[in-house]
Amino acid sequence: MDIVFLTFILILSIFLGFELISKVPATLHTPLMSGANAISGITLAGAFISAGIANSEMANILGAIAVGMATINVVGGYMVTDRMLAMFKSKTGAKK
Amino acid sequence: MSLDLIANLAYIVSAIFFIYGLKMLGSPATARKGNGLSAIGMLIAVVAGLTDQGIVSYEYIVIGLIVGALIGSVSARLVEMTSMPEMVALFNGSGGAASLLVGWAALYGGGDAAPVSTFIAVTVILAILIGGVTVTGSLLAYGKLSEKIGSGAIVFTGQRVVNSLLLAGLIGSSVMLAMNPSPDSVWFYSVLGLSLLLGIMAVIPIGGADMPVVISLLNSYSGIAACAAGFAIGNNILIVAGSLVGASGMILTTIMCKAMNRSLSNVLFSGFGAVKQGKAVEGEVKPISVEDAYYILEAAGNVCFVPGYGMAVAQAQHVVKELGELLEKNGCEVTYAIHPVAGRMPGHMNVLLAEADVPYEQLLEMDEINPRIEQVDVAIVIGANDVVNPSARNDPDSPIYGMPIINVDKAKTVFVLKRSMASGFSGVENPLFFNENTRMLFGDAKSSIGGVVSEFGSS
Repeated sequence: MDIVFLTFILILSIFLGFELISKVPATLHTPLMSGANAISGITLAGAFISAGIANSEMANILGAIAVGMATINVVGGYMVTDRMLAMFKSKTGAKK
Repeated sequence: MSLDLIANLAYIVSAIFFIYGLKMLGSPATARKGNGLSAIGMLIAVVAGLTDQGIVSYEYIVIGLIVGALIGSVSARLVEMTSMPEMVALFNGSGGAASLLVGWAALYGGGDAAPVSTFIAVTVILAILIGGVTVTGSLLAYGKLSEKIGSGAIVFTGQRVVNSLLLAGLIGSSVMLAMNPSPDSVWFYSVLGLSLLLGIMAVIPIGGADMPVVISLLNSYSGIAACAAGFAIGNNILIVAGSLVGASGMILTTIMCKAMNRSLSNVLFSGFGAVKQGKAVEGEVKPISVEDAYYILEAAGNVCFVPGYGMAVAQAQHVVKELGELLEKNGCEVTYAIHPVAGRMPGHMNVLLAEADVPYEQLLEMDEINPRIEQVDVAIVIGANDVVNPSARNDPDSPIYGMPIINVDKAKTVFVLKRSMASGFSGVENPLFFNENTRMLFGDAKSSIGGVVSEFGSS
């Protein structure tokens, strides 16, 4: 794909990321971090191609490990974030 | 419509989910839904990724998915809330490893086995480099956080020289590899090895109290690594999602550094133990018994808890919450003041108190509590030290001078719960303990507070 085009996406996403996160209250720093961490497991979508490509056994093996690692990151990250967020209760919620 | 186009459209949809998800993570009321949205985005991206036409065999993919999902879900379910920092570090490390491996695999070329271009080679090297640093850095952070290895800063003479040589070697090997990209090249192994080594060297000089910075920085790296891997294989969702994570991690890192009044380079390159010492403090501490603490608390109208890493170690969050409830029943106003770098990761204390069912409205940030700290009758410091050290305000010689702190010394009375008189993690003396209005409650925080709670029960 076109390098300039990809770089364009990169720059816009970085700015977007800064905008999105800059106003998060301290209470949510940990869930935010582990939630973002789960997103970084997006490498998974790219690891498939390495794991399933035809030309090299070695690339397949590396890709398979990458798929496994990224899945740990994704599944674990989302679940642990959800577990944490389930505990955050507001005053009205906690009193029932 | 080609499959490729559909996949790319799906990536756009998943990017929207990620963006909304992150946005909703910004408020406690919507955070859980936001995380769910971002998970849906991930699912869409994963399904789209599976349709890639270059994939000819699915065996390896299925195996990887099943094994990874098992490990991830089991560990996410079993982990204790107090071990959350090291868990996050481990997940981070696995994400970094995945990006490294994708970069490595990309060196074997695309489906047509054509040689990789220089641009691809550069991005592959970046993926390997940043991924490698993330892997070993996270593993080391895990070791330090779980105290499997000493959590102190390791500083040795010549560290800077070693690191500079390491960096020079890394740059040199990278250039050589970029000129002739091949997975069999000796330069490849050199880049791989040196990157992994760099991750270790980057984290060893950083001590336990600086861990919030390291964790959020590594988080940022794992995003950047995914981004580089995205460039290497020309996948735009990796670039979008990776840079979102990279940017958010950077912001958290900056917030953490500000909360310690230190620059990022200061945290990264100077072990805290090596800094000059402030004035020695002289005076006498005034210990207090559990019973006397109870009498003071019973009469108090406004109590503020200030938790630190010690609360996590003692697992005292539930009993703290119990005491908070008893005090509220007694007509007392109860708040929890949380310093941004209390604990071992950003927001560590908030998670623990949330686990104990403390409503998030009662958790105050430093800037909220400080203007009204003078109205607080009793400030109860639980296992926090540096974040309440008044030297940061009034002793220019102190290594932590200038760091914003919670001004508990201005409260009418301060209880400090502490195991012993040892100084805090940074090794800096804390004059707070010797103040006129400070009372020391020695012992394990959990049993001390438990003692006060049972005093309430028996009266």
